[in-house]
Amino acid sequence: METQELQPPIVQFSQLSKLLDLCRANSLWPMTFGLACCAIEMMATGASRFDLARFGAEVFRPSPRQSDVMIVTGTINKKMAPAVQTLYDQMPDPKWVIAMGNCAISGGPFVFEGQYNVVEGASKLFHVDVVIPGCPPRPEALIEGILKLEEKLTGTRRWPRVEAV
Amino acid sequence: MFFIDAELIRLLAFVLGVIGFVALNAAYLVWLERKEAGHIQRRIGPKEVGPFGLLQPLADALKLMTKNLITPDGVDPILFKIAPILVMVPAIMSFVTLPFSDTLVARNLDVGLLAVFAFASINVLGLLLGAWGSRNKYAVISAARVVSQNVAYEIPMLVIIVTLVMITGTLNLHEIVTLQTGGFWHWNVLKFSASPLMPVAFIIFFICMLAETNRAPFDMAEAESELVAGAFTEYPGMGFGVFFMGEYANIVVGTSLATILFLGGWDCPLGLFPGVHWFLIKMYALIFVVIWIRWTYPRTTFYGLLNLSWKILIPVAFFNLILTSAMLKVF
Repeated sequence: METQELQPPIVQFSQLSKLLDLCRANSLWPMTFGLACCAIEMMATGASRFDLARFGAEVFRPSPRQSDVMIVTGTINKKMAPAVQTLYDQMPDPKWVIAMGNCAISGGPFVFEGQYNVVEGASKLFHVDVVIPGCPPRPEALIEGILKLEEKLTGTRRWPRVEAV
Repeated sequence: MFFIDAELIRLLAFVLGVIGFVALNAAYLVWLERKEAGHIQRRIGPKEVGPFGLLQPLADALKLMTKNLITPDGVDPILFKIAPILVMVPAIMSFVTLPFSDTLVARNLDVGLLAVFAFASINVLGLLLGAWGSRNKYAVISAARVVSQNVAYEIPMLVIIVTLVMITGTLNLHEIVTLQTGGFWHWNVLKFSASPLMPVAFIIFFICMLAETNRAPFDMAEAESELVAGAFTEYPGMGFGVFFMGEYANIVVGTSLATILFLGGWDCPLGLFPGVHWFLIKMYALIFVVIWIRWTYPRTTFYGLLNLSWKILIPVAFFNLILTSAMLKVF
């Protein structure tokens, strides 16, 4: 299958691209897609207590063609890796990836001598924009990850950072 | 010298007004739906993007427009591109003959009701062509479901319409509303002199409208637990966006029709100050109910859906038809 790469435009408008980045940051539609226990935390993030909808990011699209951000939630097995890769390839540009949880970052607890069936991190398959450590990360952490992705897109942070006491 | 016809200016104004009305509604009903869904589920819904999340549809639209428009391998390029337009355009066309108020109607057709139903049936064709053209098995299964669902629900809806036409004696939408003016006891939904089952007829019409616009609990077109994203599985970016806007435009058409046929259109419930505002109040109240139903009831099974139509709605609609004709003959 031919891949359709997004070419950078020949003429670029700085204000327009800023506006578009702002729009993209404010409507990040994730893919309905979970691999392991981190997906449970992702569901909790969408539910009433944490409410991902506040940032316009609650539209979990079931089809990769309509989603903007892929939240890799959980362990990627060698057997699952081609499916994950296909889903990533099917998303139209511009697209982003959030690796949620230690398994998606580096393989987590599954990295040991003689390990034969786990892909050690989503970054082995495709480019990862934001990583969220934790096993599994709490919903607040996922929200923080999405805010981080927005910050990466627009260059400004939505709220002032809260310092750890 | 140009000779500009007054009729031409009026026509242009109505074309712009109708397109603007439909587009604005399609955009902001998405906001209303997300907000209402949030409050029904004890969440807040979009609130960060603009005041009360009001800029959310703008952000979504600009994002969808600038997404990469993939045409997947093996799709039928013409059908794939024409299908979203085939869903959107008939909904806009239906507004040509819908009267918003006594004077605010683009074209007062004598067969207005027939025209609206003729346009409304193209919507299904658009979904079918899009699913067929995108060469995806999930999309084709979804399209087959949508077509059988629409065939099943068109029958009770049209039987109810036939009953109404028997009562009013006209297909002209403006005239149908004029016959109902003068307070809520004149509205067709409470016209007990014609048939004691008129409220039931209204409920059947409303259920059929939900099913025809593929809304929950009848959203078999987009059953994501079984069929990825249903008929729109392969549509990226604005292709999907136009489908989505078409769905909302069709809801606006359906609720407007319910308002005109049963709730007295622009007529005030107490006979005071009739006008376009009453039409809009009734229409948006019905839209609110549509969204409320969507976020309250789970999706039915496909058999449940067809059983509801063939075993309950169609017999009741036919009984209402016979009862109405008998009562019209007797009284």
